[in-house]
Amino acid sequence: MPEPVISIRGLRKSYGDFEAVRGIDLEVQAGEVFAFLGPNGAGKTTTVEILEGYRKRSGGEVSVLGEDPESAGRAWRERIGIVLQSCRVDPYLTVRESLELYAGYYRRPRPVEETIELVGLTGKADARASSLSGGQQRRLDVGMALVGDPELLFLDEPTTGFDPSARRQAWETIAGLRDLGKTVFLTTHYMDEAQRLADRVTILSRGQVVAGGTPEDLGDRESLPTRISYRLDGREVSLETTTPVADLHELTGRAVAQGLELEGLEVTRPSLEDVYLSLTGEDDQ
Amino acid sequence: MSGLALFAHQFRYDQKAFWRNPASVFFTVAFPTILLLIFATVFGDQTVEVRGGIETTAYYVPAIITLAVISATMQSLAMSLVIAREDGRLKRGRGTPMPAWVFIAGRIGNSAVVALLMLALIAAIGRVFYGVAFPWERLPQIVFTLLVGAAAFCCLGIALTAAIPSQDAAAPIVNALLLPLYFLSGVFIPDDQLPSGVIHFADAFPIRHFFEAFFAVYDPGSSGGGVEWGNLAVVAAWGVVGLFLAIRYFRWTPRGG
Repeated sequence: MPEPVISIRGLRKSYGDFEAVRGIDLEVQAGEVFAFLGPNGAGKTTTVEILEGYRKRSGGEVSVLGEDPESAGRAWRERIGIVLQSCRVDPYLTVRESLELYAGYYRRPRPVEETIELVGLTGKADARASSLSGGQQRRLDVGMALVGDPELLFLDEPTTGFDPSARRQAWETIAGLRDLGKTVFLTTHYMDEAQRLADRVTILSRGQVVAGGTPEDLGDRESLPTRISYRLDGREVSLETTTPVADLHELTGRAVAQGLELEGLEVTRPSLEDVYLSLTGEDDQ
Repeated sequence: MSGLALFAHQFRYDQKAFWRNPASVFFTVAFPTILLLIFATVFGDQTVEVRGGIETTAYYVPAIITLAVISATMQSLAMSLVIAREDGRLKRGRGTPMPAWVFIAGRIGNSAVVALLMLALIAAIGRVFYGVAFPWERLPQIVFTLLVGAAAFCCLGIALTAAIPSQDAAAPIVNALLLPLYFLSGVFIPDDQLPSGVIHFADAFPIRHFFEAFFAVYDPGSSGGGVEWGNLAVVAAWGVVGLFLAIRYFRWTPRGG
């Protein structure tokens, strides 16, 4: 197996008495879209800023592209791209100018026109950033992280505060990065975003990893009970079962035999949202 | 790119952003020009009792150039760097391979060029409208004095960003520092009308020394008018203090949020 792009062992970070990150282990492989999912304050941004070299860790080992981000230099920065959680673009430069400015920082940048196309701003290339919508500015932000043609891209909550159509456009851009073979480290507190974009998801809660896996089998969703609900004589009936097929067969068999209609019959698998909420303890608040 | 090419690259885009920003153009270009026109109109017929009595306009031209240099450097840098810092733009820049010094050098280069342009603009207005001769024979000394001042006030402006917590606080803090000192240092009010106690107070700060140094090389009434090493040394010392504070306290990441 090739060396992972990101490798974290026992990562810790404290601010005074507060432990924001309490022993995280994870690995991200080349070409993967990796989602780091968790509620606000779970320690996502602290972790990603340690990986980006913005923060010093309190303990543990971190390797990003084979180097320790705390001591990595210019050559390492040539290979990564960063989209910060909140960052504006220069309002007085056009889309093309902002990208040209950033392209000049790198030895082997991606062509500016190609980058404009990649983030879907072709029609806006000569518009000043101040005239762009919030979603378009964010895509320019992503473009500025891509113009250096990095191997590894960090995206910290790229769609927070977006309306649904802007989110969908941003998702298309991010999904396009996978086709370019980039490794993407994405943080988000949106379940659907992780589900839609990521190959693998790790859920973080209160500074610790609480679950990890592909979006499909995350949190061992397969072994969680299925809920069967219906109305009988105006009464809501709901039951949970791990053998839904057999139980449903018996239930409907009895109903048919007695000539009863089970109104509003529903069989529901736990959604990823349910798994996420139960794992992060957000559902008991 | 080599370091120098990177600097030229950064400088080019800083210039674009500067000239397209109405606030920076107003405060650094329009405001000093308007002040000169107002002072010259209101006090134009009087003479000032410095160095044997000179025309008021001959006093105000170097005074307003002093102000314009400080606006283009300390004021402009402090405000634009705080705005860029709180926008997250400084932090993003630090995440690229661009060395930190290139970014700072680009901004300082931008300020220095604007300061030199303001020298040309105010001197030209003074010459054309008010007949204030430009002392061409002392051009090297004038440019030297201006650049020492520009460098010092750039350092002070960068250091000052550390004391400004937010974008909204930038203009009030910068103006609260500079405006009173312009008055007390004789930039707005000719210094023969200021009590000596005020001048002594202003002598504790760099604006007065920079003004004196610049006035001495520019004053058309004076024949000697060499570089005022004493005053410039005080300005430079302030600059060095600013430089140390900037290196120690300048931050690339937003203070709010």
